[in-house]
Amino acid sequence: MPSTINEYFQLMPFLIIGIGIILSVVIEISSKSSKEILPWFSIILFFATALYSITNISEHAVLFGGMVEVGGKPAIFNFIFNLGAMLVVMSSIGYLKKYGTYFGEYYILIQSSVLGMMVMAGSKDILMIFLGLELMSICFYVLAGINRNKLGANEAAMKYFLLGSFTTGFIVYGIALIYGTTGTTSIQNLIDNFGEYSSNIIFVTGLILFLIGFSFKIAAVPFHMWVPDVYQGSATTVTGLMSTTGKTAAFSVLIIMLTSIFTLNSANIFKPYFSAIAVLSMFFGSIVAISQNNLKRMLAYSSISHAGYMAVGLAAANSYSISGIIFYLAAYAFMNIGAFSVISIIEGENDSRTDINVYAGLNSKNPVLAAFMALFMFALAGIPPMAGFFGKYYVFVGAIESNLTWLAILGVISSMISVYFYLRVIVFMYFKDAEENFEIEVAPYSLSSVVISGVLVLMFGLFPDMLLRLITAVVSL
Amino acid sequence: MSESLLINLSIIILFLPLAGFIKVVLFGKKFPKLYLLEVAIISIAFALSVFVMYSKLAYYNTKDIIGAFTWISTGNAPFSDVLNIELGIKIDNVTVIMLFVVNLISMLVHIYSIEYMRGDKRYTRYFSYLGIFTFSMLGIVLTHNLLMMYIFWELVGLSSYLLIGFWFEKKSAADAAKKAFIVNRIGDIGMFIGILILFTSYKTFTFDTIFAQIAAGNLPFGSSAWLTAAGILVFMGAVGKSAQFPLHVWLPDAMEGPTPVSALIHAATMVAAGVYLVTRIFVMLTADAMLVIAVVGAFTSLIAATIALTQNDIKKVLAYSTVSQLGYMIMSLGVGAYVFAFFHLVTHAFFKACLFLGSGSVIHSMHHEQDIRNMGGLKKKMPVTYWTFLISTIAISGVPLTSGFLSKDGILAGTLAFGKLTGHWLIPIIGFTVAALTAFYMFRLVILTFHGEPRDHHKFDHAHESPLVMIAPLAVLATLSIFIFYTPNPLSPDAGWFMSSWVKTPEQVTPVDTRFDFLKPSAENIHGGHHGEIVHSVLYTETMHWAHYPAMILSLVVAGLGILTAFMFYQWKKINVDKLIENKFTNALYRGSLNKWKIDEAYDATAINGTLQTGSGLSWFDQKIVDGAVNGSARLTRIVSKISGWFDTYAVDGFVNFTAFFSGFIGLSFRKLQTGKVQTYIVLVVFSVIILLLFFKPF
Amino acid sequence: MILDYIPIILVLIVAAIFGFAVVFSSEIFGPSRPNKVKTMSYESGKDPVGTTHERISVKYYLVAMLFIIFDIEVIYVYPWAVEFKNLFSTYGIFAFLPMLFFLVVLELGFLYILMKGGLKWD
Repeated sequence: MPSTINEYFQLMPFLIIGIGIILSVVIEISSKSSKEILPWFSIILFFATALYSITNISEHAVLFGGMVEVGGKPAIFNFIFNLGAMLVVMSSIGYLKKYGTYFGEYYILIQSSVLGMMVMAGSKDILMIFLGLELMSICFYVLAGINRNKLGANEAAMKYFLLGSFTTGFIVYGIALIYGTTGTTSIQNLIDNFGEYSSNIIFVTGLILFLIGFSFKIAAVPFHMWVPDVYQGSATTVTGLMSTTGKTAAFSVLIIMLTSIFTLNSANIFKPYFSAIAVLSMFFGSIVAISQNNLKRMLAYSSISHAGYMAVGLAAANSYSISGIIFYLAAYAFMNIGAFSVISIIEGENDSRTDINVYAGLNSKNPVLAAFMALFMFALAGIPPMAGFFGKYYVFVGAIESNLTWLAILGVISSMISVYFYLRVIVFMYFKDAEENFEIEVAPYSLSSVVISGVLVLMFGLFPDMLLRLITAVVSL
Repeated sequence: MSESLLINLSIIILFLPLAGFIKVVLFGKKFPKLYLLEVAIISIAFALSVFVMYSKLAYYNTKDIIGAFTWISTGNAPFSDVLNIELGIKIDNVTVIMLFVVNLISMLVHIYSIEYMRGDKRYTRYFSYLGIFTFSMLGIVLTHNLLMMYIFWELVGLSSYLLIGFWFEKKSAADAAKKAFIVNRIGDIGMFIGILILFTSYKTFTFDTIFAQIAAGNLPFGSSAWLTAAGILVFMGAVGKSAQFPLHVWLPDAMEGPTPVSALIHAATMVAAGVYLVTRIFVMLTADAMLVIAVVGAFTSLIAATIALTQNDIKKVLAYSTVSQLGYMIMSLGVGAYVFAFFHLVTHAFFKACLFLGSGSVIHSMHHEQDIRNMGGLKKKMPVTYWTFLISTIAISGVPLTSGFLSKDGILAGTLAFGKLTGHWLIPIIGFTVAALTAFYMFRLVILTFHGEPRDHHKFDHAHESPLVMIAPLAVLATLSIFIFYTPNPLSPDAGWFMSSWVKTPEQVTPVDTRFDFLKPSAENIHGGHHGEIVHSVLYTETMHWAHYPAMILSLVVAGLGILTAFMFYQWKKINVDKLIENKFTNALYRGSLNKWKIDEAYDATAINGTLQTGSGLSWFDQKIVDGAVNGSARLTRIVSKISGWFDTYAVDGFVNFTAFFSGFIGLSFRKLQTGKVQTYIVLVVFSVIILLLFFKPF
Repeated sequence: MILDYIPIILVLIVAAIFGFAVVFSSEIFGPSRPNKVKTMSYESGKDPVGTTHERISVKYYLVAMLFIIFDIEVIYVYPWAVEFKNLFSTYGIFAFLPMLFFLVVLELGFLYILMKGGLKWD
């Protein structure tokens, strides 16, 4: 089937970012002040793409002979990726000077990683998934170690790279087995003929290996080892990007690849697998986070437990829980980016001031930041008027629909445990006196990133229907 | 002119005052001139509401425009039904007219306050409070569901609390604010329960959905008694807010607030919210509920009118007159004269606001003198105030050529017809009595304030006409009290646009056997007529025709009688009032009226004292019985504690220590795993993969 | 099905045998008389100096990686060039434009390295 000029036009979000990357490279090599230009250029790019995606949800189409999907679910994912990346870039502007990596390349790498995510979310072919995954991961490896002079960052990048490529091996091997048994890499074909293939042991083994690889990417127990080290070692803004949009991209693959099979064909043969990693992640993340004193490390464990809650939705695998996951991902992305932006503002030079006792008495130093941090903590804990509550709620309801009530109950227990360490931050901010005196320099862009995240979190919490309606309309496409 | 435009404009109108409030609250201290912005904002809102009203009435006269969205949708959550909570606004003819009235009076009060409140130390804050009040009131007017109605209802209560207690340094003002808030709360509890009855039955707060369900024969808990109960309970909210007996006691005290506030809140808008609420739920009222409403309204209007006869504070007279007129409207709704109730709500809003602003003008120029015994003769000093005040007084007394005559006459005709149809003759009798009393005490007020010789020469000498920004609103409002704005025929409102096309009595949705006979759809017209609008039976139409002229003549007679008596008593001094009071029988009545029938004292003795007594009783119980028991148990505790101490040391501590040890052990093991070495991680990953494959082997 | 793989297994076996044979046959059949000069590592006939683990400048890696880029370019371009006539007859200009785009992006990357001084030797 010949591709037409029309198909290229429908690829608009990819084109905007792709051409943006090329232009950014040109700006980087041609202008001395690229580091002042590129952040704004990136913000514009991301915003344009996000806007385009959210307004073109209904333009659903499969292009290039069943390789790429646009509109529908990918559009919503693109919206999350781009808006998230935009907020990260905004908070990076002030942070990078502090962190000592005031380069233009940083922004090009973020753009490329976002392109990779978009390819992942929009793929209708396993090879496309792999392509996007590698594009995203390699950018993340570099971003994690963006400051070569920092030992911690180097260690984080190296670990991430080694473990990441190790698990990518699983994915490739899984893909090879899938292709070997089915003779095709088209996801649509998998969905259509799943019943026939699923009796083949080699095919199922391939799928399991594929799943294991992505369990690593979503940071689920027992493939979580890299998460605390990498999150703590990397630059705070990079962590914000990896923990939100990166996780969303990995989940988007699981959703488009697996759950569309199970929502169409009833039997979810991976229910035990997902249930197991969900329970392990929820409890492991919540319990270990309690004893963490470093805020970035605490959020890393919280990220593990959130992966667990979302995996509950994968185990349930009905259209309700899938919309729940997507809603959860959107909510989680913005509340986590908000929290990391606050951390990046508080953080001093040389990775100092990321411990929780630094936050003691924050309310008296900077009430605005403290209020927003409290908002994000409440949202992460899932306290009702915030977005986090509805994310969990929809996922758990989906689980009950699929007769996984025990899983939902365990999820609620785990969220009760997790309230402890989220509220601990608030207790420090509001009820303890400051231990050390330091000046908080609040860059206006960073603050606006915090504010936008806060507004989004509140908006999704107060009017969950606004977003959920968009999601439920496309979830069965 | 699309419907969505109207919806969007209404939302803008709603949020403009709030925006003003926020701006003034945030920046008011820095920019003291910001109150001008608030005034400008409310003027824009008014202009928009004129546009909305015109478009609605001209293009969508018979259509209700609804803009709603689902706020919370629980989907198919387990253990409960699907629950969709909608928020939204409904624009029908009643709404746009209310929008116009609220915004107009709010704007005039804003302008008036610029001068009246000048020099106050919380000048900008005053305007911000006016802004949030207007926002809340518009919310009540625009909402299409009971939930938002309740939220804005409470917001109105809050802003009224803030405004009554604006001069909170005065203890009386602070107390009045508290009183208003608490008394309103009592009514709101009833309203809340009523809303919840409807919500549990219908799983929705939206008016139209609820009414459609009732019309489909789906009654709350399957019985019409519950429907009656729900109607009366929701009406409780109106009893509180519209100051109906027995919750009317807060309104006269609320006159402690600044006078423009009294004009805005306690005459024209907020107290009308109760009446507006009843018009909203009118279609779901059963005959029993309506009778209760009619009786409450009639009784309120009578009591308040008798109290107003003898009050000496200019604002207190107006306050009781307001209570009385609100009772009139409520009574009118109770007897099914829906259109006239709403008509009177609008006309009353204008002339009562004018009266209050006029009294404010008098108080302003008399240096905060409020006692009418110290006034008199102000006609010469303040001509504009006098004439506008007089026009409004004529209107409220129900003299022809005024708007008040039209609406009041309609209400009286309605009660008369009601009496003839149902045999409740007491209600029309009260109605006409109150009309006479109203004419009397209003003219007493005018004569004592403006006519005759000045009684306090010192203050009189300093009195002066108010500046233009204060008298211009008076002139506007007085003009609006003239019949020509409502109908071309000064004697009958039926020909006017207001009655003939804008506002129609809606068809009730209650089961037919629970309606009044005259509100049942007539047999011959059962399929005809416009949707949603009642087609009265021939009997009712005929009775209304029959009642029209007697009511008009009677109301003219009683109004004339009242005015004549007032002139005899106070202008021409033909009858000596003081002598009349000394008579034993009339003295008792006089004292009763002057002391407001001791209702406040009765509350003091029963409700308030009862609460305090219960409180001290409980405290006694606490100190003697509970503490005694505690002390007694202390000894027992000591014995038990020894045993439990032993248990603690060995059993519990052992367990706790074990738990601590165990979690420490777990934590340690986890920490052991988290070595930071990539090799270990990879080994663990491989192990996990093997275990997972073993456990979940799909083959 | 397993039968299909027999030729491959045969090839593997033969290759293994061949490899082993080549390495070990000289060990087995050849004479072994070592002396100092013979066991010394061969350095073009000179006596070796220093350790065998020399550190090599990072620039070499850079060049090696750059080479890979162009390696991949060739992998893409060569089959495309061979098939170009067929592709052009079915896809028209769209057979040409994507490859042009690909090359432009690639050269841009190369340009980036040049401008950033990636090929400067000291």
